[in-house]
Amino acid sequence: MHASVRPAVSVNINPTTVTPSRESAAAAAMRMNINKVNFFYGSKQTLFDISMGVAANKVTALIGPSGCGKSTLLRTFNRMHETVRGAKLDGEILLDGKNILAQDVTQLRRRVGMVFQRPNPFPKSIFDNVAYGLRINGSKLPIADAVEKSLRHAALWDEVKDHLHKSAYELSGGQQQRLCIARGLAVEPEVLLLDEPCSALDPISTAKIEELLVQLKDLCTICIVTHNMQQAARVSDSTAFLLMGQLVEFSPTPHMFTTPSDPRTEAYITGRFG
Amino acid sequence: MTARLRWRKFVSGTMLTLTGVCATVAVSVLFFILGYLVYHGGSSINWNFFTKLPAPVGEIGGGMANAIVGSAKLLLLASLFGVPIGFFGGIYLAEFSNSSVAFVVRYAADLLNGVPSIVIGIFAYALVVLPFKHFSTLAGAFALGVMMIPITLRSTEEFLHAVPRALREGSMALGASRWRTIMSVVVPAAYRGIMTAILLALARVAGETAPLLFTAFGNRYWSPGVSQPTASLPVMIFTYAISPYDDWHRQAWAAGLVLLALILIVNIFARAILSRGGTILR
Repeated sequence: MHASVRPAVSVNINPTTVTPSRESAAAAAMRMNINKVNFFYGSKQTLFDISMGVAANKVTALIGPSGCGKSTLLRTFNRMHETVRGAKLDGEILLDGKNILAQDVTQLRRRVGMVFQRPNPFPKSIFDNVAYGLRINGSKLPIADAVEKSLRHAALWDEVKDHLHKSAYELSGGQQQRLCIARGLAVEPEVLLLDEPCSALDPISTAKIEELLVQLKDLCTICIVTHNMQQAARVSDSTAFLLMGQLVEFSPTPHMFTTPSDPRTEAYITGRFG
Repeated sequence: MTARLRWRKFVSGTMLTLTGVCATVAVSVLFFILGYLVYHGGSSINWNFFTKLPAPVGEIGGGMANAIVGSAKLLLLASLFGVPIGFFGGIYLAEFSNSSVAFVVRYAADLLNGVPSIVIGIFAYALVVLPFKHFSTLAGAFALGVMMIPITLRSTEEFLHAVPRALREGSMALGASRWRTIMSVVVPAAYRGIMTAILLALARVAGETAPLLFTAFGNRYWSPGVSQPTASLPVMIFTYAISPYDDWHRQAWAAGLVLLALILIVNIFARAILSRGGTILR
């Protein structure tokens, strides 16, 4: 039994409530398991006892109002939180059953890629941006083929194939973001994390990326943070709703948006706050 | 128009004029110096000046070929020594150090930048000249290199800080190590700024005289290798300017003109690099 088929699970803020048993979330269909994660910036705690799973080859969405900790949670999945001073993580995050906190961080990030809120192409050519991950990982594959493949997966190939050696900065914002997705895909990650990838983009670029995410499920597992509930509803298979650092509800997406179990979830998705 | 309004207009006009005049004076000093040098030195610049050794005392003519080559050698050696230390120190400061270490290094660099150049000359004298028992190109280059360190270090640090965090994160998220991220993404993004800073540091020390007086000393002939005393343009200007000979005075003017022109060219070139690369922050 795993999250995508299980009925809505409500994790109450009340610590006496029993959190759903982790044994039932068997590893088979879960790519990642997050067990009792607590997170601190200095002395300030920003995540409280989060437990959830990220299903393999599905899209998992993290939603919630600004400052609820959804980006923080996402960044722990490939340990990007360690780039910030004073960040401290308690708990366990398993990737294919192994604790990521005990692994080599560069190896981990090759397996768990990330796309950021604002497109952040490197000051290099389009080709070199995609090739970057391959080069630093000493890939033996013919780089040009891998670059083409990644750009095709990111639905960008047709738009850039004639000027691969132009600066990445000459692309539009939406194209830059798809370039960043291609760059992440080039190293063939098992999980791709996206931190509000469309918040800096126009609606047409957003639609293209959403369409892309659904197609990418075959290639890898996707976890996306979004403040846009409609986006979560459109692209994700299961959704986690966070509020003030707590995981309020984690359910299959259709369930979450039609019959939420927690009154706070209902209040949020019907637009009463946030 | 009320009296109050008239008064305000008057104050505004006065201040506009005052600030404008001060700005004009600031600019005109440069053009005055340039004009003065051209006027006095221009006539003494000829082919011999660039190709001939200084003429023996009492003879008219000769040139400063050895001083031009000497200055070039000094600057090259100084860069080989000062730029890497400043550059890598700046990387450490911007990327690796914690705030208390950074504070100490930054403060020390600023102090070093403020140390009078003559004191740096004495330092180089004690450290390089005394053990080798003679003046040398090496000692002069050491003094100039020490002066380049804080400038290069602080500017490298500043330009690296200006590189958006998002670029670092993008690279680290692909599994790049910190060092790889710095060398492949961060430094290339700040490259033009750092190049500019290095060129400006070079231009700055190119005109330094005091640290060379008792390190590189001076030489009326070619200085082979790096272990002999060498002539340099600034010291040559100093020596010729305080001499009693009219012909030397003319050559000092010419040397001043050549030195200033070289420094201006480097400056303009550096600014051009920076302005072309002004959009590292998108």
